Amino acid sequence: MNLIDLAHRMALAMHIPDGFLSVPVALAWWVLTIIMIGIAVRQIGDSLNERQIPLMGVMAAFIFAAQMLNFPVLGGTSGHLLGGALAALLLGPWAGILVMSCVVALQALLFQDGGLLALGANIFNMGISTAALGYFVGMPLLRLFGGKRWGLVAAGFVTAWLSVMVAASLTSIELVISGLSAAVVFPAMLFVHMFIGIGEGLITVAALAFVVSTRPDLAVTLAGYLSPEALRRPVDRGSMIGVTGVGLLLAAGAALLSPLASASPDGLERVAEDKGFLDRALGPVFNLLPDYTIPGMDGPISTILAGIIGLLIVFALVYGVSLLLRGRGEGRTMGQQSGSRSGD
Amino acid sequence: MTLSTSTLDRYIDGQSPIHGLDARVKLLLALAYILAMALLPPGAWTGIAVSAALLWWVVLRSEVGLRTIITRAFVALPFALVAVTLVFTRPGAPILRIPLGPWVLTATDVGLTAFVSIVLKSWLSVQAALLLTATTHFTDVLYALRALHLPNVLVAILSFAYRYLFVMIDEGQRMLRARECRSAELPGRRGGGSIRWRAGVVGQMVGTLFLRSYERSERIYVAMLSRGFSGELRTISPRALSSVEQGLLLVGGATMAGIVLVSYFV
Repeated sequence: MNLIDLAHRMALAMHIPDGFLSVPVALAWWVLTIIMIGIAVRQIGDSLNERQIPLMGVMAAFIFAAQMLNFPVLGGTSGHLLGGALAALLLGPWAGILVMSCVVALQALLFQDGGLLALGANIFNMGISTAALGYFVGMPLLRLFGGKRWGLVAAGFVTAWLSVMVAASLTSIELVISGLSAAVVFPAMLFVHMFIGIGEGLITVAALAFVVSTRPDLAVTLAGYLSPEALRRPVDRGSMIGVTGVGLLLAAGAALLSPLASASPDGLERVAEDKGFLDRALGPVFNLLPDYTIPGMDGPISTILAGIIGLLIVFALVYGVSLLLRGRGEGRTMGQQSGSRSGD
Repeated sequence: MTLSTSTLDRYIDGQSPIHGLDARVKLLLALAYILAMALLPPGAWTGIAVSAALLWWVVLRSEVGLRTIITRAFVALPFALVAVTLVFTRPGAPILRIPLGPWVLTATDVGLTAFVSIVLKSWLSVQAALLLTATTHFTDVLYALRALHLPNVLVAILSFAYRYLFVMIDEGQRMLRARECRSAELPGRRGGGSIRWRAGVVGQMVGTLFLRSYERSERIYVAMLSRGFSGELRTISPRALSSVEQGLLLVGGATMAGIVLVSYFV
């Protein structure tokens, strides 16, 4: 058993293997992932010069290796990095998404960390959501804090912690929709990752501070924000939409979670199921397509249909959000990257 | 000591017919197998048994060792802990009651069936993926992905990542070893600072690794430029699948579809 195996064993909690997600859920997240990667490829495609291909490849290898750098925490457990927020803060959102997606894909293809059918969900949880959050929340936060050293520390920490929590929540949501018990999965995942998130935050902050102080020119996206003139600009509408959107998502998540989290003991849920009020207790989201079947039909076809309808709803939501974000992400990052390129 | 590719890469060299098979066929068949496993209803024991026999027969033909594949596939089993709760939460005929303070955990037959099915299906899926990795060079997997219309940018990033993965891991290993050398510990006394300090040290290692990676990518780019790189990655376009390979795909896919359909309707 070598170090890498060990580090990966620790990260497994979030890599969903095949067999745990139901087929509609796995396919729905594949579609989401393909859409998001498509957007990222298009966003980056315009500015992609031949130099960035080796850069992003090596960056994916870097994140992979950085996940292996660990430190002892308590009783034989160790903390290490997931890296999504860090990648986004150092490379920008779209490059961050592509790099992290490649990292998660490599883990599945080379080391069987996470399944192939579940790869769409895993990429979305650990690659796309963490990188998107890292940028669309981390960057506005940095500017709100005004580029002070404590601002970098606070923004970096909050973003990295949130990225781990969002990844863990998404993983739980997918597992629960696939039929696993929400009362157990949610509290367990969120509890464990609250602490993993702290490690992530501390490492991310130290890494950011190190890069910014030794080679500020390399922290392309960060340097753009940390320069005095960038900080003097008011926070723009797009950033506000980003922060508000994530805030709303978190609020919705909390609202969804609260009835589940309080009903934690298995026995209680079992009683609820016996008495037949569990469906009502779960709230509106689950009532839309009760038990993932279409009323009046039964069997696997109904489940698949319900999956497709759910998928379309999610797709519409994500597409809307991506349209909102798209108009602005473009002008900003491209401008910065070309600016810094001409500088070196 | 540096980590050689062989200790990390899960590819097992061989001359078997499975090794020789086109990567596209293997990738698609592995995906079909995993999809079929996911589609099998809980409690379809015959379906699971037939699928297992089929997979193990292929593993035996591949000469990578049935034991290797089976034991390596246990890696994903810790995740089964997440599914254990199914035993107690699915409604069904109670088979076991465990009093637990004010609550009583009731294991049901339906729950147990669901749990065991998930674990077995997951275990077999991991084995199928392992077989793919063990008999196919990663460069061939990338070739297959490109043939299946993965965007060129992604294939390029993945192939660069794979090429430098082991270099960066070696770099990381060296940093870990350097830290170890500087971390003397007195017997009976805890070495190192607080957890926050340790995390900070790791963060600086990560920062250093980032800088080294960035600088390496610049050197790589310059080296590529000097060899005539013009921004376009030239690759051999994929050949068409032979009729034998197409037949194999068809038979494999039909078999898995058959197993799933029979499990549902019989």
